[in-house]
Amino acid sequence: MIETRKEIKDALRDVFPVASAIAPYSAVFGALAIDQGLSLTELLVTSASIYAVASQYVMLDLMLEGVALWSILLAVLAVNFRHVLYSAASVRWLDQFGPMQKALAFFLLVDPQYATCEARHTKTPITPTYYFTYAACVYIAWMIANLLGALFGPLLGDTSRFGLDLILPMFFAVLVFGFRQKPRFFAILSVSVASSLLVYFVLGSPWHITLGGVCGILTAAALSEGPQSKEVAHG
Amino acid sequence: MADPYLTIFLCALLTYGVRSGGHLLMTYFGTVHHRIEAGLNAVPIAVLSALVAPTVVTEGWPEAVAIVLVCLLSLRFSMLPSLALAVLALAMMRQIAGV
Repeated sequence: MIETRKEIKDALRDVFPVASAIAPYSAVFGALAIDQGLSLTELLVTSASIYAVASQYVMLDLMLEGVALWSILLAVLAVNFRHVLYSAASVRWLDQFGPMQKALAFFLLVDPQYATCEARHTKTPITPTYYFTYAACVYIAWMIANLLGALFGPLLGDTSRFGLDLILPMFFAVLVFGFRQKPRFFAILSVSVASSLLVYFVLGSPWHITLGGVCGILTAAALSEGPQSKEVAHG
Repeated sequence: MADPYLTIFLCALLTYGVRSGGHLLMTYFGTVHHRIEAGLNAVPIAVLSALVAPTVVTEGWPEAVAIVLVCLLSLRFSMLPSLALAVLALAMMRQIAGV
């Protein structure tokens, strides 16, 4: 009982700064989604079921442009892909979880959840109590901020006046730039950008996303030098 | 446009797939060929940069400058302040450009 209480206390202590950092993203997404034409129900279903801010931005952007469904899914997969690494790493700290607990844990495996568990498990084993207390707080903060953004965002009026319409491309640019320490980053980036632009002007949208992406991925695979050059996964 | 709820549902399914997939792969296989791993590691860089590239070239100069600026800001600040400063700069540049 004392153990359980301590786990909950630890989780609440660790989650507080994270929940307050997540809230603004969620509020901005809520406001933007409504501004771009999503209904309130669609927005809440999106945030409650996908629960991944970058993927939701991509989906929103492409869905409202009327891009084909498979292109949307490919782009969402791309933005989300780092979660495969988190999920693989979670093998080390989810061993106390039963099958149903694991199934729920994967749904809640967002960036801060991963980062916190990765740091904590070297000192203390991750218990379901700790994990789900932390996760529930993040999820609740996320949904409330989302709703508040949707309700009060429209009061701002036309968002392009403030330059908010470029938030999505800027957000993606920062995500890409964050990977600059990865092996052969500049080679992959140059190939993807060059092929994307070429395809964009020759074939048009949305082929530049798929073909540009595929060219970059093939470049990375071709340049890989084998197990000795393998990078160390996060943390 | 496809039914928005179908799109949302499939995106949610896909997201759950990647969040559980790594764990399942590690449990059943352990390792993958280094070229496949390098390719998988490159997915976010390759696809996201392909997604953004046309925006930098086809919009006006304020947009192009803002994209470069936000990357430089991210060297010093975390995501949210970087975006806030870049949006502010973009609004000012648009005033100057007269659009």
